[in-house]
Amino acid sequence: MSVSVSRNEVADAPLEARERTILGLTAEGWLRILMPLAIGVIALGAWEWAVRVREVPSYILPGPLEIGRTLVRDWHTLSVSLWITLQITFAALFVAAALGLALSVLFAQSRVVELSLFPYAVILQVTPVVAIAPLIIIWVDDIRIALLICAWIVAFFPILSNTTLGLNSADHNLQDLFRLYRASRWQVLRRLRLPTAMPYFLGGLRISGGLALIGAIVAEFVAGTGGRASGLAYRILEAGYNLQIPRMFAALVLVSLTGIAIFLAMTLVSHLALRHWHESAMKERR
Amino acid sequence: MTGVVAAGPSVVTLQGVGKRYANGTLAVQGVEMAIGQGDFVSLLGPSGCGKSTVLRMVAGLIAPTTGRIEMAGDTRGAASALRATGDVGFVFQEPTLMPWSNALKNVMLPLRLAGMSRGEAADRAAAALASVGLAGFEKSYPRALSGGMKMRVSIARALVTKPRLLLMDEPFAALDEITRHRLNNDLLTLWQDERFTAIFVTHSVFESVYLSRRIVVMAARPGRVVEDIEVNAAYPRGEVFRTSAEYAAHCRQVSEALHRAMGE
Repeated sequence: MSVSVSRNEVADAPLEARERTILGLTAEGWLRILMPLAIGVIALGAWEWAVRVREVPSYILPGPLEIGRTLVRDWHTLSVSLWITLQITFAALFVAAALGLALSVLFAQSRVVELSLFPYAVILQVTPVVAIAPLIIIWVDDIRIALLICAWIVAFFPILSNTTLGLNSADHNLQDLFRLYRASRWQVLRRLRLPTAMPYFLGGLRISGGLALIGAIVAEFVAGTGGRASGLAYRILEAGYNLQIPRMFAALVLVSLTGIAIFLAMTLVSHLALRHWHESAMKERR
Repeated sequence: MTGVVAAGPSVVTLQGVGKRYANGTLAVQGVEMAIGQGDFVSLLGPSGCGKSTVLRMVAGLIAPTTGRIEMAGDTRGAASALRATGDVGFVFQEPTLMPWSNALKNVMLPLRLAGMSRGEAADRAAAALASVGLAGFEKSYPRALSGGMKMRVSIARALVTKPRLLLMDEPFAALDEITRHRLNNDLLTLWQDERFTAIFVTHSVFESVYLSRRIVVMAARPGRVVEDIEVNAAYPRGEVFRTSAEYAAHCRQVSEALHRAMGE
């Protein structure tokens, strides 16, 4: 007698896991890309048409074409600012991810540490960054570091709370299994709790990416630093003072595009990390 | 109810074992049992009779509040010595696989936890997967496997350490009947090939009669052992046995015992 898997057992395996396409260019995939694009084009067209027909002056509301032209013309100044804002955003996100992960692992190891520190993390989260940004800017000499701290404060909490939740969500039977085989604390952390927390951590990262950008922009607004080395928020302020409204819009467009790009990048990272196993990275079952 | 003495040298002995949970619930009381080397024993009973509790105590996952559980060759009176060498395998009701690892890595887990090198663990895990009929599915993730195949991976993981004792907690309850029959047959084949001692928790009379040499019937409130029935039918058992008059007679006998246990 020999043991073999039966045909109907193999046939029972979920289909979608076997018929995966790489770029998802199904009818639904195209629809998902084309429909929002069509809406966007229609809205921009209507905007441009309204501005021209009603002859709205560009210092009140410039049309999309003029904003585009300004973006190209001022690209040199704006790109320098974009680069600075990006640096602050990603530095803050990186520190938030590293510290959030480290602290949540610490929380997961010791209930006492979690109970004593978690309320302070909450306080950090609920205090509006606009309110403490001036203080931080006064206390910290280097303005870049001050901005980074502000962005970090905003980005830190979602990662910490999500990852803490994830580390405590390990399957009970799997925990028993690890206990049965006498796994050490470290083995349980590395092979069970951290992988379990992965989707939670990545979910937190996706939220924090956008928040880090918002934190950086808000802090720049508060700091209001001028000069060569200033970010997109200062370009918006500056353009507002000078009534260069098309330029203000151009900077705004860059901020939005940056936010979207960060979100897409985090979604891609999440998809790549989870594609083999997590429900969120799987195609829906029919 | 008195304890039944095992025919061969016993692997596990339970003496007056009871378990009261922290909330005051008396899960099991006064369980006396000796499980012989190489035996296939089913714990059969209605929900709440504490059969899973007994299994988890034997595994050492929870400690009894009264009585003793002894493992052969272990003087400390606990499952610890056996567990330390991976001598006990456990199959849960759910496949309980790590969704982020493929089949091979799931089966490698007990060996890797014990500190075995990656290469050697992979070889042994591949052999264990082949023994449950899953050669060629090493790289498949649990998400891509059917319920029956996931349970096979779970069994391979329990057997990869070559345990002396295999504990199973209603492993096939969630599977369709065809797959369950198939896995019952394969489990018996593995049991005869690898000569481990098996304790199998189930609430199915038919499954317990088909698989076991011995059936321990339990009753609820409080959980206790009420009858101990021997199934005197030769192995290997196949589909012919499943339709035989002998099988039907054993099922009737066990079924009546179960009704007595529930009617008390």
